[in-house]
Amino acid sequence: MRLLKAFAVLSALLAVAAMAIAEGAPVLLNAAGATFPFPIYSKWFDQYHQLHPGVQINYQSIGSGGGIRQLLDKTVDFGASDGPMSDDQLKQASVPILHFPTVLGAALPSYNLPGVKEELNFTPEALAGIFLGKVTKWNDPALSSANPGVKLPGDDIVVVHRSDGSGTTYIWTDYLSKVSSEWQQKVGKATSVNWPVGLGGKGNEGVSALIQQTPDSIGYIELIYAVQNHLPYGKVKNSSSVFVKADLASVSAAAAAAAKFMPDDFRVSITNPEGKAAYPIASFTWLLIPSKFSDAGKRDVVKDFLKWMMTDGQQFCEPLAYAKLPKDVVTKEMKAISQIQ
Amino acid sequence: MSLRLIWRKSLNAVMLSLTGLCALITVSALFFILGYLVWNGGKDLSWNFFTRLPAPVGEVGGGMANAILGSMKLLLLAALFGVPVGLLGGVYLAEFGGRTVPFLVRYTADLLNGAPSIVIGIFAYTIVVIPMHHFSTVAGGFALGIMVIPTVIRNTESFLRGVPSSLREGSFALGANRWRMIATVVVPAASRGILTGVLLALARVAGETAPLLFTAFGNRFWSPGWMQPTASLPVVIYTYATGPYEDWHEQAWAAGLVLLGLVLVTNIVVRAFLSRGISFERT
Amino acid sequence: MATAPNAAAPAALDWSPRALLRRIRGGDEIAHLITLLAAASLLLITALLVYQLWIHSAEARQKFGWGFFVTSKWDPVAGDFGALTFIYGTLVTSVVALLLAVPLGVGAAIFLAELAPPKLSSYLTFVSDLLAAVPSVIYGLLGVFLLVPLMRTEIQPALKKGLGFLPFFQGPAYGIGFLTAGIVLAVMVVPFVLSVSREVLLAVPRDQREAALALGATKWESTWRVVVPAARIGIFGSVFLALARALGETMAVTMVIGNNPKIAASLFSPGYSIAAVLANEFSEATGNLYLSALIELGLVLFLLTFILNGLARLLILVTTSRGSGVLPT
Repeated sequence: MRLLKAFAVLSALLAVAAMAIAEGAPVLLNAAGATFPFPIYSKWFDQYHQLHPGVQINYQSIGSGGGIRQLLDKTVDFGASDGPMSDDQLKQASVPILHFPTVLGAALPSYNLPGVKEELNFTPEALAGIFLGKVTKWNDPALSSANPGVKLPGDDIVVVHRSDGSGTTYIWTDYLSKVSSEWQQKVGKATSVNWPVGLGGKGNEGVSALIQQTPDSIGYIELIYAVQNHLPYGKVKNSSSVFVKADLASVSAAAAAAAKFMPDDFRVSITNPEGKAAYPIASFTWLLIPSKFSDAGKRDVVKDFLKWMMTDGQQFCEPLAYAKLPKDVVTKEMKAISQIQ
Repeated sequence: MSLRLIWRKSLNAVMLSLTGLCALITVSALFFILGYLVWNGGKDLSWNFFTRLPAPVGEVGGGMANAILGSMKLLLLAALFGVPVGLLGGVYLAEFGGRTVPFLVRYTADLLNGAPSIVIGIFAYTIVVIPMHHFSTVAGGFALGIMVIPTVIRNTESFLRGVPSSLREGSFALGANRWRMIATVVVPAASRGILTGVLLALARVAGETAPLLFTAFGNRFWSPGWMQPTASLPVVIYTYATGPYEDWHEQAWAAGLVLLGLVLVTNIVVRAFLSRGISFERT
Repeated sequence: MATAPNAAAPAALDWSPRALLRRIRGGDEIAHLITLLAAASLLLITALLVYQLWIHSAEARQKFGWGFFVTSKWDPVAGDFGALTFIYGTLVTSVVALLLAVPLGVGAAIFLAELAPPKLSSYLTFVSDLLAAVPSVIYGLLGVFLLVPLMRTEIQPALKKGLGFLPFFQGPAYGIGFLTAGIVLAVMVVPFVLSVSREVLLAVPRDQREAALALGATKWESTWRVVVPAARIGIFGSVFLALARALGETMAVTMVIGNNPKIAASLFSPGYSIAAVLANEFSEATGNLYLSALIELGLVLFLLTFILNGLARLLILVTTSRGSGVLPT
């Protein structure tokens, strides 16, 4: 009985402690979605919390598919995705959902070839062939022709893709659908597809980990994941037949054309764009914000955060290898914030 | 000695040593696991680990303070949901029941016990998270509580049945009615055994990850109160272990050591406690 | 002298209002009711669980019918779903786990029940029970960082060299895949096989062994030809129990199986299990049909473990009650 009493007292103490910790955070927001921008989002929400200690925005990186689903189920306050919501999905929402671009990023082919020190070049045909399962060996002509002078091993290619619903997958398959009609027919573009071959990793994190641990592997991940984990990645041939490496300049170049013709709802694809310096597999990533908030406190925080994100927040982008939003887009977004009620 | 006898005797020696080898392999697995975790995780246990919140992705120096507190809160809720129901249910099975209802309850308890924990997590999602429009500690505690009930019911019944009838009869002889007898004589007599069952059940759910994925979800900050999503040790271990960052891996090992340590210590203390102090054998 | 705990119940109940009030104030009826409600709530929760799974899987069940179980397509884009790849993955990893765990567990149980002195036997069983208490995610942790590299660099190549003519050991060695998941599962279910087998072996009456030894059998012969067959039904029960546990294992499996819905003969191939796909895709299934298909998978898994656990309990009960009267846990 004494033990039970002790247990009861301990529980009561814990409960009090738990309540006490509650004192510090009057406005709590929960968000979930894309893993693509997780590094910058976690930095932003951490920074914003330091600037406004009374606000906590808890972002869980579960993949763009998850962000959209949880937003539609209304279990989170807002979502995030690098694949814009389709018209069907928008219809399912009870209030209209607004897309707000946050940063620009790139999906790139990262690989693990211990014996190869040079940077590889990938043609669209090679990438489509690899992910369709038709190009199976590293020394296949599709790869060796683009990489003269590089000694590619005769090993089997280990393909790595996403096992969860992913905006990065959307970007990648969007690009492949544009450059390969076979891919368009057989697989298509979506956040979750029927992959012909490969291992599945959860999130950009999981794919990076698999590439890191599996020799002869190749997968698609966001730029910062390759940089932070020192994973080699290749150049991709763009629509002007130039092999371009993903970086701030090439990603910004990809967005340059789109910035001028940005649709009002901000849903746009910038894969395989025009421009000699443009990186072909770049994309905006969006926060999915409901246009009506029942809680005024939350609404004000969201609006304030968006304004901060588009101005002061952008200084954190480049150190994390994300390209800033073009000025025209920022101007348009600032106007769109007023749509949140 | 005939050839056949030599064959039989050598076969005897060989097979019996093989079984000994099997036992050795099985047992050494535990020591290997523990040793590996101590070696790999021990070096990353730091003050930071226990007191700080997670750092932004890619930065080092973060910790798991919120996950540790989150797990404790979830366990508390699991106990609050599961223990009273399990206790009272066990009392019913041992003291009041007839034939059919207790049989059904026992059967269902065993079946629910063996059910995959991810299915229970899905159930808690549909019942708690969706109507509430919120991931929450409460939902996670509910899922874990469901897992606690079957073990506690069966264990309580078992120990209550083990109380000798002489105690019950003595109580009746002194004029107590049924519930008074149960509450003041039988349950206290079996209380140690019941408590051990409760602690073992809690130790088991402390390590459960799958039911928390869709209920408690996750939180990079402190989770105030009970209605917000919360980080928990097992889920953070899973997230960090499957990620690419070296810092995350180190933290995952350290957290694994903490979790395993708590679970094993609870189990050892409870089981050793059980075999030493309990005077009523489970028959 | 009555000895049953129910001895104090009155012979006939008096339902007159005054007697009724007295009884209620006495508290027994209320206590009975409260505890009955508590016990019944367990039934309610389980029924509710099955009901929820049934209702939310309705869309997939109506669309695909029985064909769901024989289709290997899993195409979220086209909205075409089938359970075959996951059932295959779940079964293959479980079978591999059993092939490894049953000989090991039964062998160890034989040692503990027949050979080891009682103190050593209970100490080692204690250690085995602790192994059963290790959380799944810890096994996953060790699997990812310890077992997978080992498989990729040492074990799979060795198997390929020695047994590569078999279709099971062909194909590239990723490190993750069916075989690795099976091995991790084996370690997780060995304690169940061990503890239940040991109990049923101990339940075989002593005179059986003594009769065999008296006839001149060696210890091994008495064990293998007399005791084990007598306990064989219970050992089957332990196998079913282990199988039920292996089927539902989520975390350790999803961390090492490769998460690719494919059916392949090779054990080196990555695959998917029902529990793993639920963990990965449930929180993000966009579209009601997708979600409904996943829940149908969950329902299938639940029913499978339901049936297996029921069978296991039955077999163990039959063996041990026939024996010395040791009740199952």
